[in-house]
Amino acid sequence: MASTQDLIQARRGIIRDALGIGIATGAYALSFGAISTAAGLSLLQTCALSVLMFTGASQFALVGVVGSGGSVWAGAATAALLGSRNALYGVRLSSLLDGGWWKRAAAAHFVIDETTAMAIARDTASESRLAFWATGLAVFTLWNLGTLIGALATHALPDPKVLGFDAAPPAAFLALLAPRLRAREPMAIALGAGVVALVTLPFVPAGVPLLIVAVLVALFGVLRTGR
Amino acid sequence: MMWAGVLVACASCYALKLAGVSLPARVLADARVQRTVPLVPVGLLAALVATQTFSTGHHLVVDVRTTALVVALGMVLLRAPFLVVVASAAATAALLRLL
Repeated sequence: MASTQDLIQARRGIIRDALGIGIATGAYALSFGAISTAAGLSLLQTCALSVLMFTGASQFALVGVVGSGGSVWAGAATAALLGSRNALYGVRLSSLLDGGWWKRAAAAHFVIDETTAMAIARDTASESRLAFWATGLAVFTLWNLGTLIGALATHALPDPKVLGFDAAPPAAFLALLAPRLRAREPMAIALGAGVVALVTLPFVPAGVPLLIVAVLVALFGVLRTGR
Repeated sequence: MMWAGVLVACASCYALKLAGVSLPARVLADARVQRTVPLVPVGLLAALVATQTFSTGHHLVVDVRTTALVVALGMVLLRAPFLVVVASAAATAALLRLL
């Protein structure tokens, strides 16, 4: 039986970890604010993405496609495809989230990589809930603050390309991709996806190679299942 | 047009999150869904790395962004924080253009 002291210690540890993750994502949001502004989105559009979309990889994808000359609709489709994994996170978190529909609707907005990783693998449901909400609030606050600062700082610059801002998005995508490449299959998929995207790029509208890759990966996943 | 795209994308991403916490678990518990969905970000992120490094418009190009990506890869392998990876790539491209 855990003592009250242990429980308080555990809860403090969770809140400390949540703040640490919030600070790390806030720093990462600086680069989102900068890349989005350099891609040509207004300050308000950049901040709207962080408040309303609030899922990093999708946000980077939308502004990355727009910044490289693709249509905002190709960017939006890529963002939604990248956001599909949040639906699976939601399934894992669903049983932990209590309260009425409005609380569930609010919680849904916080269902992202960081909150899921923090909430699962806790000893009790109440610790999971605390980890979810503490991480969600910390990341949401600092993610939006970081976005605003990054965007404002970039607005003040004369020519983003001189500062190498066009080389920033691929580095951001690489950093997001790396943790997902821990096995042979995802490594092979990543290489194949890169080749397919480059081979199709000269012949279709900008952003469409990404959608072709998504369809092929989905087909691959479905056809391989059950063998 | 930009605003419409931004807002539709935001609504789609929220709808996916809400579906996850609302739909009966068995809908998304299907083995094909469970296996396929985590693979999609791998393909998309790799395609984004490739296209944003090696193209300008509809042309395939190799320029300072290639070197910047190699530097970023080195930083990732060194487990550098996200902001350091991105900033080192931008700095590499900026420096090479100055030379």
